[in-house]
Amino acid sequence: MEDTGYFEVALVGAPNPLSIGIAVVFIALIIGTLAAFILPRIQKGKWSDLGPRMYSWWVIVGIIVAALYLGKMPFIVLFGLISFLALKEYLSLAPTRKEDRPIILLAYSAIVVAYWAIAIDEYPFFLTLVPVYLFLGLALAMAWIGRTEGYLATVGIIYWGVVVCVTNVGYVALLMQVPPMELPLQSPTGLVFFLLVITEVNDVAQYIWGKSFGKNKITPNVSPNKTWEGAIGGFVTTFLIIWFLGPVFTPLKGLPLALLGVLLPIAGFGGDITMSAIKRDLGVKDTSNALPGHGGILDRIDSLTFTAPIYFHFLAYFALEKF
Amino acid sequence: MQFLRRILLALFVRPVAKLLIGMHAEGLEHLPNTGPAIIAANHNSHIDTLVLLCLFPTKTLDILRPVAAADHFLANPLSSWFSRNIVGIIPLKRKPVFGEDILAEAKEALDEGQILIVFPEGTRGDPEEMAPFKAGIARLADHCPNAPIIPVYIHGAGRALPKGEMFVPMNVSAYVGEPVFWHENRSLFMDELKSAILTLKAQAPPMHWD
Repeated sequence: MEDTGYFEVALVGAPNPLSIGIAVVFIALIIGTLAAFILPRIQKGKWSDLGPRMYSWWVIVGIIVAALYLGKMPFIVLFGLISFLALKEYLSLAPTRKEDRPIILLAYSAIVVAYWAIAIDEYPFFLTLVPVYLFLGLALAMAWIGRTEGYLATVGIIYWGVVVCVTNVGYVALLMQVPPMELPLQSPTGLVFFLLVITEVNDVAQYIWGKSFGKNKITPNVSPNKTWEGAIGGFVTTFLIIWFLGPVFTPLKGLPLALLGVLLPIAGFGGDITMSAIKRDLGVKDTSNALPGHGGILDRIDSLTFTAPIYFHFLAYFALEKF
Repeated sequence: MQFLRRILLALFVRPVAKLLIGMHAEGLEHLPNTGPAIIAANHNSHIDTLVLLCLFPTKTLDILRPVAAADHFLANPLSSWFSRNIVGIIPLKRKPVFGEDILAEAKEALDEGQILIVFPEGTRGDPEEMAPFKAGIARLADHCPNAPIIPVYIHGAGRALPKGEMFVPMNVSAYVGEPVFWHENRSLFMDELKSAILTLKAQAPPMHWD
């Protein structure tokens, strides 16, 4: 199977679950867009951010679906770009020192290294070069520059950004290297599609449950808009989707699938409130204004930075021979 | 040449700037689309001029003229050609011959209805800090009292590309405010302009950088 072969497989033998899945996503976008026109007229003020939010969703979905159709390498490049934009947002907000500018360039090099390892399909390189050796290199280079005041804090701040924005986001691209014969759809595209859909559905389901029934605050200090009703409603929704559709898109079944169904929605919630805690600490509401209605790239992928590694490692441990 | 300038800006500078420095902008409705007018911004980086050029629609580019130091930008033939023809600068001699009006060309541009880009601090200075304003902005405003002076605060450029250092990708934002107009009291006018730019600074995200 060549790089570009995935979708030839996906398109042969209709109706393919992946094509149906993508069609369902577009139907959801259309419903959301209609809601963005209707709801603000019914309940004034309550749904004002839905319009720009839906507009950004169309752009995001359009780009991701296009990259999925183009195949492995374009998809890896797209996620390298997403890592770059996310890390740039983070480093623009995070506290660093004037002497650290060369260190920031070194931090960006993590993107080249990690995505190179993904592109040449060297999983051990991906696991070690950035999280272990660039970690050491950053600390060494900063010691070499020589300002000790704030040294430890800054090493930690930069490393956190690199792991979250590069390694954790990189797991999404790494899924494209899963051998097609190990998968029910004979293509890793379905695997990636399912991760992205359950992560985003989890976010959206929590948002909708919370907006509709939310009363009791779950994280009053970090993210005051989040409620127990929203979180639990979202978790149950996502669990059901994972449980019923997991066997279609992934090689997981039975207990491991149920476990993923429980853990993945909690991880998504975890990524969300972790980014909220960081934003509170830095004194900003959004990480940037790149995506109208959502905020920055990091605001959109915060959950994904937690769900991607868990999803990948679940597959690797319970189902995939290669990893 | 204006055609080349438009093409380069729209197809190269703008997309690259979007990718590398994010280019978030607020208050764009305050930007003039005809001259005479003066854009007055804080100055910490060579990026500043490019950021301001990118804020405007491509068609306005023809009448946009950054006022920039002659000794720096006309230092060699390549830089001189690029600065004059692509950036479109009005070169400013920082060390004039006695009796010469160094602002003559800038005043002429205002008379012709062009939009000047002026950095009242006169130089880039220390990164992300605002130096005292020089009198040039007041003399230009005095020359053309009906020209609106539009304050812009540029955030983050001094961190992405400080004076004399290499470029590091960082998000840069620009905040455009309501126009200020010249009035006879020069120091009052300067204070008003400076406080307009500092008010815009309050909209920018906090910067943790020391």
